[in-house]
Amino acid sequence: MSTTQERAAAQKRFALAKSGLDTVDERFASSKWLVSALDKIFPDHWSFMVGEIAMDSLIILIATGIYLALFYVPSSTDVVYAPTSGHVYLPLVGQHMSEAYQSVINLSFDVRFGLIMRQAHHWAALIFLAAVFFHMCRIFFTGAFRKPREINWIIGLALWQIVSLEGFTGYSLPDDLLSGTGIRVIYSIVQSIPLVGTWLAYALWGGRFPGSTFIPRLFVIHEFLFPLAIVGLLTAHLMILWHQKHTDFPGPGKTETNIRGSRVWPQYAMKAGGLMMLTASVTFLLAGFVQINPVWLYGPYTTYTVSAGSQPDWYLGWLDGSVRLWPHWEFRSFGHEIPNPFFPGLLIPSILFGIMFAWPWIDKWIYKDYGPHNLLDRPRDKPFRTGVGVAAGMFFTDLTLACATDLLANNLHVPFERLIEVLQYGVFVGPIAGFVVAYWTCLHLQRTDAHPIRRPVGGIIYRTASGGYHTVGDVHHDDHGHDDGHGDHGHGGPHSDTPGGQSPRHDAPTPEPVAGD
Amino acid sequence: MSNIDDELTHPGPAETTAGADGHVPASSVRLPFGRNPRHFGIDPSDPWPADVPMDQDDTHWRFENDPKGAKRAERRIAACWTVTLLASIAVCVVYVTGANNQLAGLCYGLAFGGLGVGMILWARDLLPGHEVTASRGHHEVSSEGYRVAVAESFSRGTDAIARRPFVFKILAPAAGLLGLGTLFGPVASLGPRPHTDLYKTKWGKGTRAVDQDGNPIKPTDLPVNGILTVFPEGYMDDALSPTLLINVGDSDFKVQPQRAGWNLQGPYGNIVAFSKICTHAACPASLYNVQRHQLICPCHQSTFDVLDDCRPVFGPAPRSLAQLQISTNSDGYIISVSDYTRAGGGPVGPGFWNRG
Repeated sequence: MSTTQERAAAQKRFALAKSGLDTVDERFASSKWLVSALDKIFPDHWSFMVGEIAMDSLIILIATGIYLALFYVPSSTDVVYAPTSGHVYLPLVGQHMSEAYQSVINLSFDVRFGLIMRQAHHWAALIFLAAVFFHMCRIFFTGAFRKPREINWIIGLALWQIVSLEGFTGYSLPDDLLSGTGIRVIYSIVQSIPLVGTWLAYALWGGRFPGSTFIPRLFVIHEFLFPLAIVGLLTAHLMILWHQKHTDFPGPGKTETNIRGSRVWPQYAMKAGGLMMLTASVTFLLAGFVQINPVWLYGPYTTYTVSAGSQPDWYLGWLDGSVRLWPHWEFRSFGHEIPNPFFPGLLIPSILFGIMFAWPWIDKWIYKDYGPHNLLDRPRDKPFRTGVGVAAGMFFTDLTLACATDLLANNLHVPFERLIEVLQYGVFVGPIAGFVVAYWTCLHLQRTDAHPIRRPVGGIIYRTASGGYHTVGDVHHDDHGHDDGHGDHGHGGPHSDTPGGQSPRHDAPTPEPVAGD
Repeated sequence: MSNIDDELTHPGPAETTAGADGHVPASSVRLPFGRNPRHFGIDPSDPWPADVPMDQDDTHWRFENDPKGAKRAERRIAACWTVTLLASIAVCVVYVTGANNQLAGLCYGLAFGGLGVGMILWARDLLPGHEVTASRGHHEVSSEGYRVAVAESFSRGTDAIARRPFVFKILAPAAGLLGLGTLFGPVASLGPRPHTDLYKTKWGKGTRAVDQDGNPIKPTDLPVNGILTVFPEGYMDDALSPTLLINVGDSDFKVQPQRAGWNLQGPYGNIVAFSKICTHAACPASLYNVQRHQLICPCHQSTFDVLDDCRPVFGPAPRSLAQLQISTNSDGYIISVSDYTRAGGGPVGPGFWNRG
């Protein structure tokens, strides 16, 4: 095709698109918004992709979840598993079980593709939580929660809590031995709440554990209440993100009032769609090849049995670990009692979440920085905050390890008592050590300005048009006097050192030629 | 300025439209992409900001000037999407031929993966776009004029409320009580009041202990160091009732002074009965270490010393497992003498507020 023909074709397409969009505009006056939407800029840093994986997993969860709900029977009515015309899991034949458990067994063995949908749903939930967790870590360590984005931090934390509970209610629905044990522990924790615990437990469960009301209620909570909250909060989360625009790492030419990245249309949209497909691909490969939650091996729930090696899904391990590590203390006076599980199961998580919800304001107070920020901190720029984050990570890791003390003791051939004691000390030692090491590492990285993982760079110095100097990798912008020893260049204004502000990224080992330059 | 028809017939660059001062006219002329403020988040009535470079052009793509490379890229993408096509057919074949889970996962994975990799290659090689810098626009705050206006609008309402503080003072508690009153009934109906329910199990005077198949138990059924979960006859499903019978043999079982005669002693050994429900979080304390005569709860590793009143010796459990007073009936079957009592360390299970 000749260039003239191509141009004519392009003009034709443009005219067609315009008349179509005009039709929309005449109804909704949409062009101003649509142009900002199609031209919307997404930063290219890889760490921004993890939040997308969370959203992709949610879509997989909704799709597979609707399918599973078509087969699940939310009933604790006792039945005897009997051979049917379909596929039967023989070891369970003749056993008493709830209708709920039986429906999950039938879905897994008798419904074609039922098992892969179940496993994809469970794997997607694990990936979802992992993505949410990583996304939250990025937000924390880079200071993306600062003004004006405090509300989205709070919505994000609320999402993490609800999504964790959604996961718990999800793996509790099959009414197998493992999930029933988990619900039993939760009942004890609810019952342990001072003043109202007993009444609350009786209200939620419709009476004494286990009762026949809870499974249908759990179904409503998992299928309707929490998904509604998650989709609602996520919508708010994304609308606020869209309105406020992304944060961005500092770099040459980047200021608080501009944003650098790729436009959503067409390339970025295609990449994001590709990422969603890859998330689905990984989820289904795992669902095909890696067994998850084999409820037929656990057996149906009874109130008097429990299997050794009862662990929750990974994202709730820290709460179970907390309940394991808390000493045998409980408080009794004036004829009342604050039972043991209340402290590790509710009080400690509430304090932690309280600190996390308040962190944007604590951070303002620590750094005496109340202004709005669109440019991110590198973790090393704020050693104290990074130290607190690493300390929290160590705490989380210690508690998560604690939820597997029985497995670890068996596999490491050490008495579980010693292991628990070590992890009890670890609750204090781990975070302190983590803080010190992280703080020291940040200071060291500030001095050398090296990449924490890659080989250090050096030797390439740019002279800017205004006469200043900076080395590659030295784009340390900080409003608050964390001087890194390269204070020559200022910040805020555009750097004219490379045309179009397309300098190499701050973490690049060598200057990279930018495509299209 | 030209009208829209002119633009479509003359879509060439309108270089002259951006003034030297950076201002651009607010008309609908097709400006060169890098000069059109609308593509860079800039209000057309504002001057072009200093931190947004002019003439950025992200309409180019990787293999724009390399037809051979573009051809190769096209073939790569086509190959990926062919994988999707074949895998989508294969997954139906897998379904019809028995729905092997591994094969289904493989086919789904390949179908999604092929599509995804192809899309990403397409984006990388053949679609336009690379990093550009745009303005964030006026997103941070509204102008002071609007801030004053909104405060005025809001005050129009609050002034009216402040003029009549009395009705407002009635409104607040009325609305609060309306909320509580509306919720009270529905919430109260969610479940029964606990009353003394948690103090009770289904054991009672003369209740036979049965195993999980419903068979009553004689003391001779339990060998020395044997352990058996038993239930009050007819109440297998009651969560607080499961009880452990343990034959401690001639081990030195410390009988509490007020609990003399609560156990069964005879030629068969020494059988004691303790609640199986852990006092920590209500898991069944199922593991029995015969050598140490310790019960271990698999959930949180609370450890109880059976010979010493099932006292907790390790882990988070705060209290001893409650002991059940047992005896035999005229037929020789093991029965409970009463429900769990305070003297036996009851009520069983984990703590609650008014347990005291």
